[in-house]
Amino acid sequence: MGKFSDKDILLEIKDLQIQGYSDETWIDIIKGVDLTLHRGEVLGLIGESGAGKSTIGAAAMGYARDGTRISGGSIEFDSMELTTATEAERRALRGSRIAYVAQSAAASFNPAHKIIDQHTEAPVQYRIQKRMEAQEDAIELYERLRLPNPEEIGFRYPHQVSGGQLQRAMTAMAMSCRPDLIIFDEPTTALDVTTQIEVLAAIRDIVDQFNTAAIYITHDLAVVAQMADTIKVLLKGEEVEQASTEQMLKSPKEDYTKSLWAVRSFQRPQKKRPTDGTPPIISVKNIDAAYTGGVKVLDDVSFDVYPGMTVAVVGESGSGKSTTARCITGLLPPSAGEIQFKGETLPPRYTDRSKDQLRQAQMIYQMADTALNPKVQIHEIIGRPAQFYSGLKGGDLKQRVDELLDLIELEPSKYYNRYPPELSGGQKQRIGIARALAAEPEFIICDEVTSALDQLVAEGILKLLDRLQKELGLAYMFITHDLATVRAIADEVVVMQHGKVVDQGPKDEMFTPPHHPYTDLLLSSVPEMDPNWLTTLLEERGVDNVGEAADV
Amino acid sequence: MNDLLLLVLKRLGFGLLTLLVVSILIFFAVELLPGDVAEAVLGQGATPETVQAMRDQLGLDRPAVVRYLEWLGGAVTGDFGVSAVSGEPVINAIGDRFVNTLFLAAYAAVIAVPFAILLGIVVALLRNSVFDRVANVLTLTSISSPEFFLGYILILYLSVKLPLFPAIASLSSDMSLGELLHRTFLPALTLVLVVTAHMMRMTRAAIINLLASPYIEMARLKGVPPWKVIVRHALPNAWAPIINVVALNLAYLITGVVLVEVVFVYPGIGQALVDAVSKRDFPVVQASSLIFAATFILLNLAADVGAIITNPRLRHPK
Repeated sequence: MGKFSDKDILLEIKDLQIQGYSDETWIDIIKGVDLTLHRGEVLGLIGESGAGKSTIGAAAMGYARDGTRISGGSIEFDSMELTTATEAERRALRGSRIAYVAQSAAASFNPAHKIIDQHTEAPVQYRIQKRMEAQEDAIELYERLRLPNPEEIGFRYPHQVSGGQLQRAMTAMAMSCRPDLIIFDEPTTALDVTTQIEVLAAIRDIVDQFNTAAIYITHDLAVVAQMADTIKVLLKGEEVEQASTEQMLKSPKEDYTKSLWAVRSFQRPQKKRPTDGTPPIISVKNIDAAYTGGVKVLDDVSFDVYPGMTVAVVGESGSGKSTTARCITGLLPPSAGEIQFKGETLPPRYTDRSKDQLRQAQMIYQMADTALNPKVQIHEIIGRPAQFYSGLKGGDLKQRVDELLDLIELEPSKYYNRYPPELSGGQKQRIGIARALAAEPEFIICDEVTSALDQLVAEGILKLLDRLQKELGLAYMFITHDLATVRAIADEVVVMQHGKVVDQGPKDEMFTPPHHPYTDLLLSSVPEMDPNWLTTLLEERGVDNVGEAADV
Repeated sequence: MNDLLLLVLKRLGFGLLTLLVVSILIFFAVELLPGDVAEAVLGQGATPETVQAMRDQLGLDRPAVVRYLEWLGGAVTGDFGVSAVSGEPVINAIGDRFVNTLFLAAYAAVIAVPFAILLGIVVALLRNSVFDRVANVLTLTSISSPEFFLGYILILYLSVKLPLFPAIASLSSDMSLGELLHRTFLPALTLVLVVTAHMMRMTRAAIINLLASPYIEMARLKGVPPWKVIVRHALPNAWAPIINVVALNLAYLITGVVLVEVVFVYPGIGQALVDAVSKRDFPVVQASSLIFAATFILLNLAADVGAIITNPRLRHPK
């Protein structure tokens, strides 16, 4: 690996095997993985969910999550064997020499304590610093990580700080004892693209400054390309291949790796609005909306969706995308403006709408896990809307459910009587789609339907939605924060920010400069495969502007 | 902080409203009985004249609504009318007894609450160990046995076989606090045994419930020792359910202790209520029921406020 020499080995994992307890037996989840990490090296671990990335990350700290056990192999950290060390010895490493940065900082900071109290816990416990010193050091780290108000921000409670700032505070916390190794477990997955950039830049800087080694776990190839010296690809608990970042991006060897790289290539041709005077299927006209409390969350939102077309609604979290969907479905009556269906005004409240009006606004949700009742069989989940809207019964109903299962490419005989928890994430999302189709709508709202899924699975869902659109002439309102998805499937794009539509138009125009400044910010924040993308971008924007840029 | 005050005041308002509804229920439940109070009190041997005399005395000829309002107006100022049996003001009959009940409840609570929570923390730390199992079995046994049975067992061992404490907890006004505590120890201990299990198990469950949270894993991965993970990272987030169970048990200590009072011949309000029911002394029954209702409502209110205060999101708004 050229850059690093063998005597600088910090962590050496050999033939690691980890088992998980499930259905009363131990199942292998990591099947003999080797890993070598040198001082100051950043290793990217990538793979789909279930590949065992996080499990390996925790194992590098000698930690087995509840319900798992390290069943074989060796983990040698700085010539100390962790698999045979006592629990007390292993604990003494954690926080002091190996630190951890979790995926969701919002969930991983204790809500009951101030940020700085959690920050100073480890250095005080290890007697590295006195409480006051640790506090000053924390403030200095906050400053280096370019947190706003570094003097003051630590004295807030976690819920008083935004997600991107918390993630940086957590990185600062990991640095508190100046560890030799930090495990980053999907640290930016839960963030918006614009926020992701600041966190990525902050992490990269601090790791460079202290020459800390890191294991960077992610499912996002473009992100790992910015962060890692070396990339290791995992699949189902086994290594697929490992190479330096540059080499891996240029010439991946294994088919699986190539397939990961190819994911972003799906694209369907863009459609134009009908010119023969067909009215839009859904027309959102100047709506305002507020939740209880009175603060306006939607301000004069207008856009049209024409039959058979896909309108992507993009924006950061909190921009009002989902609220717009709630207004269209009638769950949240708008305080001003109206929703029209084929030129006819819909009652604002869903309780006042007729069955025929209700069937036109079907939704598919982001979390198929929570959107499907786990105690209800598949045929009932899909059958209920068919029964409710079309009055089907007995044999007809069964036939319709079979048809729907065929449509979503699941074998009817196999899935008819199963329960949601028995299905994979992608299959559950397909059931969600079938449930929406059961009402025979002409218009479906897809709310972040692919963002909880792995890229390959997400691709399958996008292709399915595309096929259904062609076969059934559906129109989609596609809510997403992922611009790669927009590129793949949208005909028109609506950009929202702070409850307003800031930009809209056909996709090709939206993706060609000149852009609206906010559209430009969103577009340029999407990580690209080029390993120099982040550096170039930061230079263009000017490093000091990163924080402000995200607050636009 | 103003939001918090507003919230407390709002809850207090709802509590008063609830109490008003309860007072209506209590008053008119008695009205629903066949005949009227005078007949019920005097029984079968009463002559029409005595019944009529009592009706006049209690003012029973007037409409129920008027009497309810009078009763309510009196109750607000602490005047619950006169006992139908002794003719004395109700407040004299039950006032002292209520104070006695409060004393016994406080005595038991001061021991039981810290003990139960501490035990809950320890068994959460040593979960699934032998200690955990034994503690669970013992406390469950004590909660599953009837209170009077526990009381008699304690009398047998701590009073008869080993004469450490008196078996009868009768009080007199000139006792010192030490003597008072000694004399009422057995009923207090019985109550402690009855309420500990519930609070301990809720503390254990509330803490263990949080152990799968990401912030607990984060604490472990920071090298925080196990006891500190429980006490510093889990417990502060577990208060809400614990406080609720504590409040329920405190309410029970005040309103549900009649059996213990009977066993130890303790002059508490529970016994007064049972006496009043058997003698059909309705003004006393009404007054006691209202006091019990107020206790329940107040303690639940305190639990709500406690749960809010221990939640940092509500204490420190954005």
